[in-house]
Amino acid sequence: MGDFFTTSVLVATAASAVRLATPYLLAALGETIGQRSGVLNLGVDGVMMLSAFFAYWTVLETGNMWLGVLVALLVGLMMGVLYGVITVFFEATQGISGIGIFIFGLGFSDLLFRQQVGTPKPIRRLPNIDIPLLSDIPYIGEPLFQRNLMTYAAFALVPVTVIVLNKTTFGLNIRSVGENPQAADSLGVSVERTRFSAIMIGNAFAGLAGAALVLQLGIFQPHLTQGMGFIAVALVYFGAWKPLGVMGGALLFGLVNAVVLQWKALGIIPVSISDLAGMAPAVVTIIALVLLARRVNAPAALTKPFIRS
Amino acid sequence: MRKKMRLLTSLLALLGSFVLVASACGSSDDSSDSSSGALTMAIVAPSASDDLAFSQSMVDSVNALDREITLSITDGTFIVEEAAAAIRGYAEDGIDVVIAHGTQFGASLAEIAPDFPDTTFIWGTATDTQGLDNVFAYSPASDEGGYVNGVVAAAVSANGKIGVVGPVEAGDAVPYINGFTTAAEAGGAQVSVTYTGSFGDVALAAEAAQAHLANDADVLTGTAQMVVGAVGVAADAGVPWFGTQSNQTSLAPDLVIASQVYHWEVVLEEMLDLRDSGTKGGKAFEINLANGGLVVEFNDGYDLSDDVRASADAAIAGIIDGSVNTGA
Repeated sequence: MGDFFTTSVLVATAASAVRLATPYLLAALGETIGQRSGVLNLGVDGVMMLSAFFAYWTVLETGNMWLGVLVALLVGLMMGVLYGVITVFFEATQGISGIGIFIFGLGFSDLLFRQQVGTPKPIRRLPNIDIPLLSDIPYIGEPLFQRNLMTYAAFALVPVTVIVLNKTTFGLNIRSVGENPQAADSLGVSVERTRFSAIMIGNAFAGLAGAALVLQLGIFQPHLTQGMGFIAVALVYFGAWKPLGVMGGALLFGLVNAVVLQWKALGIIPVSISDLAGMAPAVVTIIALVLLARRVNAPAALTKPFIRS
Repeated sequence: MRKKMRLLTSLLALLGSFVLVASACGSSDDSSDSSSGALTMAIVAPSASDDLAFSQSMVDSVNALDREITLSITDGTFIVEEAAAAIRGYAEDGIDVVIAHGTQFGASLAEIAPDFPDTTFIWGTATDTQGLDNVFAYSPASDEGGYVNGVVAAAVSANGKIGVVGPVEAGDAVPYINGFTTAAEAGGAQVSVTYTGSFGDVALAAEAAQAHLANDADVLTGTAQMVVGAVGVAADAGVPWFGTQSNQTSLAPDLVIASQVYHWEVVLEEMLDLRDSGTKGGKAFEINLANGGLVVEFNDGYDLSDDVRASADAAIAGIIDGSVNTGA
C-alpha cells in the first residue's frame, strides 16, 4: 500500500481519474439539461457511439482532429433533431424512443465501421496542453492543468451550464417546462421549442463526449463506449440534476476506476479478486444512487410528454 | 397523433434493430466462390472479425485453409444468447461446419449440437468436447508464445519493470500471461499484471496501461481485443509492446517487437480431414509452437539485437523439444 502513497503514483491516479471522467462528464451534463426540461434520453450511448465513429473516421481520413470534433458535434445535433421530433412533436414514450436511438447508434456505427474502416487503425490522440503557471502547481498541476482541450472544455462547460440553467431566461424556461409544462405554457413559454432546444444541446454534448473518448484513445472499435451513456444517465440522478453534482459523480466514478486500476498494477488488489474489484465503480455508484434517491426529487414532468389541454 | 407517435417509435426501434442485425450479419465473407461442392462453414465470434486479436485469428485461419469453402460470419456477438441463435440458425440452414469461437458459447453448444448430428461444430477455446461426438474442441498453448515474448521483454527492458494488461482471468489470457510472467521473471524483470475485468473496454485497458507506466514499466504486453487502447498508450509513451492472438504490428509499427499469432488452420485441416472420413467430432486439438499453430512473428521494423533474437529462437527451440518449462 505504501507504493500507492507516493507523489508520482497519486498524481498519475488523479490524472487517470480526470481522463476517465471526461466523456462521462460531457454526456451527463448534456443529459442534465435534457432532463431538467423533462426529457429523459436513454439513447445517449448510441449518440456517443455514432459520434465517436464519425469523429474517428474524419480524423482517419483528413488527419484534422478539430474537424473530427466538429463532425461529432454535428452528428450529435442531427441525432438530437431525430430524438426531438420523436419525443416532442410526436410525443412518443421517451424510454422506448431512447432505447431505439441507442440501438440505432450502436448498430449503425458498427455497420459503418465495418464498411468504411474494417481493421482498427490508430489515429492521432489529443495532445495534452500545459496551462502556464497552473500546470506547475504541485500535486494538482499535472492532473488538472496538463490535460487535453476536450477535458478543459468538459470542465469549463460545468459553470457555463450552471449559469445557463440558473441565471438565464432560457434556463428558467428549461426548468419550468421540466417541472410544470402546463403552467409554463400558460405563461407563454413554448414547451415544444424549449424541450427541443434542450434535447439538441444534450445530444450535442453527447456528440462531444463521443469525440472526447475516441480522441483520447486514438482508436475506434465496435461497442467502444461499453455502456458509458447509461452510466452518464445514472450520474444525472447521482448529481441530483445539478451540474456540479454531476461533475462530482463523474469524478468519483473516474477516481474509483483509476484507484482500482492503480491498486491492481501495484499488486495491492491480488489477481484472484481482480474481477470482483472491477465492480467497485458500479457498486459505489449504485450505493450513492440509493442513498441520494431518497433525498432528491426529479423534475416533476420528467418523462412526461407535453400535451396541451 | 398518438397512433402516429406509436408507429414512429416502433419504426425507429425496428430500424435500430435492423441496423444492429445487419451489422452483426453484414460481414458475411465468401472466402472462395460458392459453387456447388464447396464446404460451407460459418464462424460465430464475440468481437469484430477484424479486431486484430481473437476473432480475426479465426477468420484469417479459415481463409488460409487449402480447400474450397463458402464462409459466413456472424461477429460482435458479445451477448451469448445472440451467439446461440446464430449457431442454431447456421445449423438449421444446413451449414456443414459451424465454429463457435468463444469459450462462453460452450453451454449453448451443449444444447444445440445434439439436435444437429450431421453438422460438425468446432468450439474453442476449450480443452474438451463436453462428450459430444459432433463437436471438435480447440485451444492454444498460449503460454508458449507468452514465454517467448517474456524472454525478449526482459531482455529489452532497461529498468526491469514490465506491465501486463489482461481482460478477465479466463480463457487463453491466463496461460499467455503466466508464460510471459515466468520467462520475464526468470530474466530478472518484475512483472505487474492488471486484469481490467472486461474483454471490450478499450478505455479501461488504456488506463491500465497508463497505470503501469506510472509505476515505471518500460515494456508492455496484453491480450484480448480491448488492448488496442493500451497499444496506443504504449505508442505515445514510446514503450515497446508485445502482442498475441494476431499480429498487432500495424497498431504501432515502430514499437511492436513481436506478436504470437494463432494459426488455427493447422488443427482445422485435421478436423476437416476427420470429418471427410466420417468422424464429425469428439476430439480436442491444441495449437502450439511444435505443430506450427503458434508462430511468434517478429516485427522487422523494430531493431532487435541479434543476441536477443537468438535467445528468443533458443526459447522456441527449447519449448518445442521440451527442455523449457513455460510454467503454465
